[in-house]
Amino acid sequence: MNDTVISATNLSLTFETNDGPVHALKDVDLDINRGDFVSFIGPSGCGKTTFLRCMADLEQPTAGEITVNGVSAAEARKSRAYGYVFQHAGLYPWRTIGGNIRLPLEVMGISKAEQDKSVQEVLELVHLEGFENKFPWQLSGGMQQRASIARALAFQADILLMDEPFGALDEIVRDHLNEQLLDLWGRTNKTIGFVTHSIPEAVYLSTKIVVMSPRPGRITDVIESTLPKERPLDIRDSPEFIEIAHRVRDGLRAGHGDD
Amino acid sequence: MKNIGPILTVVAAIFVLWYAGAVALNASWAYDKAKRANVEITFSEMVTDTMNQKKPKLPAPHQVGKEIWKTTGEMVVKGRAFSKRSLIYHSWITLSATLLGFAMGTALGVSLSVGIVYNRTMDMSVMPWVIASQTIPILAIAPMIIVVLNAIGISGLLPKAVISMYLSFFPVVVGMVKGLRSPDHMMVDQMKTWSASKGQEFWKLRLPSSMPFLFPSLKVAMAASLVGAIVGELPTGAVAGLGARLLAGSYYGQTIQIWSALITAAALAAALVAIIGVIQKVVLKRMGMA
Repeated sequence: MNDTVISATNLSLTFETNDGPVHALKDVDLDINRGDFVSFIGPSGCGKTTFLRCMADLEQPTAGEITVNGVSAAEARKSRAYGYVFQHAGLYPWRTIGGNIRLPLEVMGISKAEQDKSVQEVLELVHLEGFENKFPWQLSGGMQQRASIARALAFQADILLMDEPFGALDEIVRDHLNEQLLDLWGRTNKTIGFVTHSIPEAVYLSTKIVVMSPRPGRITDVIESTLPKERPLDIRDSPEFIEIAHRVRDGLRAGHGDD
Repeated sequence: MKNIGPILTVVAAIFVLWYAGAVALNASWAYDKAKRANVEITFSEMVTDTMNQKKPKLPAPHQVGKEIWKTTGEMVVKGRAFSKRSLIYHSWITLSATLLGFAMGTALGVSLSVGIVYNRTMDMSVMPWVIASQTIPILAIAPMIIVVLNAIGISGLLPKAVISMYLSFFPVVVGMVKGLRSPDHMMVDQMKTWSASKGQEFWKLRLPSSMPFLFPSLKVAMAASLVGAIVGELPTGAVAGLGARLLAGSYYGQTIQIWSALITAAALAAALVAIIGVIQKVVLKRMGMA
């Protein structure tokens, strides 16, 4: 079960701007194994989102190599290897929740009957049964984000890439969605890449925490979590949790030392 | 129905101003007539005269209303709705050119906007020409269009429709370019993660996103189309259409005829724009965006 799904070697990405080159990523090496829940944490500008976008072939690295499922990121995107959840739900306002989830399936040319089946399945996974015919504006922010996760799950990709999906939500909703996400991960055994600003969120969710630092964007620490797979919310008060959180904080502070 | 009070107030104010204007502008003619006839007229006699002149400088509302009724409703009653003296006939001539021009203009506008959004060369090169085309006074270019098209054997409805198209494609291009570009980067990226084709991106994302931008453009385009059709009737010495009525009216100083043609054109434009408004409401409602 420990085969590598995503592998980055010497990955660098430089944006040319009017103020000179910006090193969004510099010499990044990372392997993500099947079934891992990997969080990327770091201050703004550390390249965590850029790294995730490289995996998704939404950004082209300027040097180094990245493979997804053993092929290039571009090929992986074309074979629809991953579902991507953005910071905002980005549901189409003119489509119902069901219609939004059906959208990638329509794009992929999947039959109507199978679309219906998938929609029901993923609505159940994110606990939105019965909301199929509601329009996005009729749902709360948290529910919209759940619908957007359902949409990313609908086409059975093994990899789920999430870019600060709960960043815009309040703490209570966030806790609730974190719990549900863990539950979903446990049931579907997907490989998840998760970008976040929040230390507790990263520690609570992940099997592996990647701490990054800015200018140039690079990895300063990779922490393998010792927490069990089964994680009730109050695990966050355990000494083990606090110790890992401490190490993440140290890593973030070390990365900030040079400016 | 809460709005009915303010609306009636404004309409009443317009009528009061109109009547006052009619009295003020037509008074000198009333006094002139009296002077030539060597009679003194009182103020109330003067006012009565300004309301009933044959060729007033500004016809009173009831004169225009009577003329419109005489050339529409009364013709229908007589069963001659499409005789050459009927405004219904002339409105239809103008309306057909307007609608054809509007359809052509919308088609041209939408195609240009798709080209501008999807093709970088068109993006850089077409827009300046589109804007330049609108800086040329339509009155100057309309006769050219009619002469050129006539030289290649095209006359009648089409040249007028071409002038309508010339005016109406512009708001559609501007609105649709904005509309087709309205989806944010995230939504476009999202389509990319599903490795959607350009066509799917257009039909499933860009086109639906542009709907709230399309309808306001269509309203402006429709009004512009009507202006175009009327302008197209002026330089040709056309014998039919609202433009021809305006022209004939001004040749013979028939101010009442001019005003009734103007009011009819305005009512026609209002009705056409209202129809687009209804379609807009229905479409956006069905899309969950109203």
